[in-house]
Amino acid sequence: MAEYRLTTPLSDEDVSKLKAGDIVYLSGTIYTARDAAHKRLVDLIQKGEPLPFDLKGAVIYYVGPTPPKPGEVIGSAGPTTSYRMDSYAPILIEHGLKGMIGKGRRNDAVKEACKKHKAVYFGAVGGAGALLAQRIKDAKVIAYEELGPEAVRELVVEDFPVVVVNDTFGNDLYEEGRKKWAQA
Amino acid sequence: MRTVKYDDIVNAVKNMIIYSTTHLGEDMLQALKEAYEKEQSEVSRAVLAQLLENAELAAKETKPLCQDTGLAVYFVKVGEDVRVDGGSLKEALYEGTQKGYKEGYLRASTCDCFTRENLKDKIGYNLPPVIYFDLVKGDRIEIEYAAKGGGSENASRARVLAPAQGIQGIKEFVKQVVSDAGPNACPPYTVGVGIGGTFDYAAVLSKHALYREVGSLNPDPDLAKLEQELKDELNKLGIGAMGMGGTQTVLAVHIETFEPGRMCHIASLPVAVNIQCHSARHAHITL
Repeated sequence: MAEYRLTTPLSDEDVSKLKAGDIVYLSGTIYTARDAAHKRLVDLIQKGEPLPFDLKGAVIYYVGPTPPKPGEVIGSAGPTTSYRMDSYAPILIEHGLKGMIGKGRRNDAVKEACKKHKAVYFGAVGGAGALLAQRIKDAKVIAYEELGPEAVRELVVEDFPVVVVNDTFGNDLYEEGRKKWAQA
Repeated sequence: MRTVKYDDIVNAVKNMIIYSTTHLGEDMLQALKEAYEKEQSEVSRAVLAQLLENAELAAKETKPLCQDTGLAVYFVKVGEDVRVDGGSLKEALYEGTQKGYKEGYLRASTCDCFTRENLKDKIGYNLPPVIYFDLVKGDRIEIEYAAKGGGSENASRARVLAPAQGIQGIKEFVKQVVSDAGPNACPPYTVGVGIGGTFDYAAVLSKHALYREVGSLNPDPDLAKLEQELKDELNKLGIGAMGMGGTQTVLAVHIETFEPGRMCHIASLPVAVNIQCHSARHAHITL
């Protein structure tokens, strides 16, 4: 289990060295998107229209934060369950997405896309919304404001703590962890 | 006939929501600390440590423990000798919910089922709540509240077993549901199990089971034994905190039955499993 500090955008080299179980502290700009925003992003790709942000090397965080109190950058901001984005993720990966942050299992199509196009799926600690918000230094809505918590936000993060769940080699931390600790 | 003022209900509900979504209950803190002590997997221990740190920070800053501040779900016991002065109890719960979520900077998580549109300006901020009313003797109003997140609801299931499947069938079903939930619904879990009644009522029982103090003993010794057996078996699944692998998958199993006793139809054995994530936010007030 290695530890890395990485800055976005991520390169093929950055993600290729990561293995399931590694701890990564991410810094730089990342983007938030949930189901509704993913649907719109994929529609744009299919129509050949430009996206609200550059997908090349990008990291998307599956999060719908609480509203910030006056003086706060962002409210609580932990990950949401990722499988809801499974039907959209492979096409984004094919178009340059390098990292996804969420919680919970991904399907085979996402894992396959991670292998084929070199991308990783990171897990953040669900329910640690107050703690994770401390690592978010700036936040602004850049698209789909009408979606409220589901709008696309540009976040600036510093040492945002994540664990590699699915790497570029087809490993899966959830499966390995459970196999190791299960008692028949 | 005793009276309770409408505005007092609104304010009490509002305050309960803001406090409980930012302060993890003592029972949950204790359960997480115990899990941390017992956990053998290093990565799961690290997750549990983060959860305890998160709870401390959230309380200090009055910041939501989790961004999914849920649908508001109430179980309300209304005494036959009490009435609300200045409005209806249901309206007071709606207004208290809206005020609590809005003024507490909590997330409005309700949306239209089909368009997925957030209707906070048309229907109301995080409205409607889910409310179960019960009529009881006395002149009090007891309100139990939980902020129920979407991730753990998505992993919950109900099934009507054949009577011949018995306790073994119930155990297998509970195990299957928790196994399928795996890392998705933010373990370590509290597992609410509703047994008996009808298809729908078993699900209501499974939800209400989650309001019980975590770590408390079921008053029915048979059910207490079944809860412990299930907990031990579920912890052998190896899921661990946030599914990273470990020995602490379940903090508690809570069973509720269709009372008096544990009743159902002669043809059926309904059972429902409501999964509760580790951010178990529940509270109650009596007015």
